[in-house]
Amino acid sequence: MNKQPKAVALISGGLDSMLAVKVLQAQGVHVEGINFYTGFCVEGHTHAIRKSSQKKEKRNNALWVAEQLGIKLHIIDVIEEYKEVLTNPKHGYGANLNPCLDCKSFMVKKAREWMDENGFDFIFTGEVIGQRPMSQRKETMPIVAKQCGSDERLLRPLCAKLLPETLPEREGWVDREKLLAFNGRSRKPQIALAAQFGFDEYAQPAGGCCFLTDEAYSVKLGDLWRQRGSKNYDLDDIMLLKVGRHIRPRDHFKVIIGREEGENNFMNGYRKQFTHMHATSHNGPLALIDGNVSSEDLELAAQIVARFTQGRDTDSVQIEVNEKDNETPFTLDVVPLRNDDIPKEWYL
Amino acid sequence: MATHTLDARRLLCPMPVIRAQNRIKTLAKGDILEVTCTDPGAKNDLPTWCRINGHEVIEIETKDDDIIIKIAVGEA
Repeated sequence: MNKQPKAVALISGGLDSMLAVKVLQAQGVHVEGINFYTGFCVEGHTHAIRKSSQKKEKRNNALWVAEQLGIKLHIIDVIEEYKEVLTNPKHGYGANLNPCLDCKSFMVKKAREWMDENGFDFIFTGEVIGQRPMSQRKETMPIVAKQCGSDERLLRPLCAKLLPETLPEREGWVDREKLLAFNGRSRKPQIALAAQFGFDEYAQPAGGCCFLTDEAYSVKLGDLWRQRGSKNYDLDDIMLLKVGRHIRPRDHFKVIIGREEGENNFMNGYRKQFTHMHATSHNGPLALIDGNVSSEDLELAAQIVARFTQGRDTDSVQIEVNEKDNETPFTLDVVPLRNDDIPKEWYL
Repeated sequence: MATHTLDARRLLCPMPVIRAQNRIKTLAKGDILEVTCTDPGAKNDLPTWCRINGHEVIEIETKDDDIIIKIAVGEA
């Protein structure tokens, strides 16, 4: 190849993909980044929603990394296509509802499609053998490469020397000798290489960058699927699982209660889609009711919501109820449930 | 040179960036795209995306809860 080789990097926003890009840039490869948005990405969401976090700097780490590296970044919406990956993973789930192996195969496959459409030569990732228990093991890496039909054009610069030679190495687009042999969970080699490249700032997401690796989130998603009798979901469903307290007092409905002003504001945008309620006699949160409810259910929901108002220790809290499809609100005067009256198992 | 608008209100980042990116692919160099968002994260993310992809943010205006980001489209 006489022309400059062109490679597309899967950019998560973490240190490893940043280093992998730098390693290939040092070999004269033209690099552009690709980042997939599944709807479950932690990236910035909690900060965007929660008021208490709004003073903190908000940045998308994938974009920030791309700017540091001087590469273009293409962010791809895969929300719809990702549903099949999440609801029917061939290789199952990890510790929570994280289908990491199928997810990685899917993303490399999508990157391969992008590579073909845009005239690039190969794909690379910042993966390191043994770094993650499910998707980054020596035994699973060939599965990902084969499943996505890219085994010859998928390079992992940080551990390439421990893996079979790929097309970019055989063709001389990259020099295998200058690639690396990182292995295992230790971060020391990456931190040393970051220092060598002069990176003094980089994101170190604790526990990954996906809500599906989070136990509390997975419990709520599993509950949603159980109640629906299917694994269907849309973007609004998965966004609402990121906010509020979720309390399910009865099988057929749950109450989502804002925990602070930012969440109340965010949930306010969903008012028209849900029966909702808030206290008028005391300060308190907005609550959305998810499910078909009777008047008895509304009374119970109002008592639960009253528990989270400033009138929690009084004998009377007025709760305004706005039913979905009914423009006229009405008020319930309820006795707030005491803390002991809300069984722990109601909390999701 | 035409001015276009994009409503990205209630969308959390990176969705406003994705919508702007997909829309800009259909526009010509020199066109203006006005993106209206509500996620404060867009004030950082859209300018960053523009810088790395060759477009220019010419104005960021806040009206009540809306953030209006005007982008001059650069080379594809």
